Amino acid sequence: MSASSTNAHGSVKSYVTGLVLSLILTIIPFAVVMSGAFSVLTAVIVIAVTAVLQILVQLVMFMHMSTKADEGWNLMSFVFTLTILVLVVGGSLWIMQHLHLNMMIG
Amino acid sequence: MSTDTLKHSSYHPVEHEEEHHDAAGTKLFGFWVYLMSDLVIFGSLFATYAVLMRGTAGGPTGADIFELPLILFGTFALLISSFTFGMGVLAMHANRLGQVKVWLIVTFLLGLCFLGMEVYEFHHLIHEGFGPDRSGFLSAFFTLVGTHGLHVTFGMIWILVMLVQLSTKGLNDMTRPRILCLSLFWHFLDIVWICVFSFVYLMGVL
Repeated sequence: MSASSTNAHGSVKSYVTGLVLSLILTIIPFAVVMSGAFSVLTAVIVIAVTAVLQILVQLVMFMHMSTKADEGWNLMSFVFTLTILVLVVGGSLWIMQHLHLNMMIG
Repeated sequence: MSTDTLKHSSYHPVEHEEEHHDAAGTKLFGFWVYLMSDLVIFGSLFATYAVLMRGTAGGPTGADIFELPLILFGTFALLISSFTFGMGVLAMHANRLGQVKVWLIVTFLLGLCFLGMEVYEFHHLIHEGFGPDRSGFLSAFFTLVGTHGLHVTFGMIWILVMLVQLSTKGLNDMTRPRILCLSLFWHFLDIVWICVFSFVYLMGVL
């Protein structure tokens, strides 16, 4: 019972770990941007990587998303939504970029 | 024979508990699916922002108007509030009603700090003449950040409603799943804000 409840609901330790990790993952990109010591490309990569890591920390440590919860349906619906997001965001950017380039000619 | 009776007497409550857990689990999963649809809304708003980002129409760019230290303050408030809500959920599982209320109140106050930061920023921008009507960039910015702020506002109203329900009804089969749904909602808003902070604010000033 106690083992399953710590898995499903987390423990004080997992929440503290999640908080510390997310604070660190917020300060790193902030420091990189504020210092201005890095190239734009480096900064963009650092921001993107820390953002993705932090989202994973939140999903796993705080929202307890796992392959076991609800027989993996939580995870499945999340992966499905991610697919839709990639199509919507990526597709919009792709199309608008081309439109922009076409409009610039002439 | 004796094992048979033992089975019946000991398995019955477990069965009951499982059935009961299933109903709450279905509720939570349903709410999860709602959150996924909400994620698609935010996704489209992010796409809109990314497309309109460079359409400043001679107005200010992100680098001109974003005050990062202020935004960092709001981000910390929201991150810590996600943690305090988690503590509230742990207190709920330990059946400590008083602690649940205290953590919910702390979460509410941190949410208020975040919202105060956002209202101040919006007020400041509009006062400077950089409202949503200034440029495509600002329209998309206000829509994206405003939609998130509206979600936080509704989350805070929900926290107040739960505080009232906890006072009148206590922790029971009705209020427990609601607290769990609210915790999912609150963590979800945190995730959306991480995206706003990273891709709108931090990348905006580069």
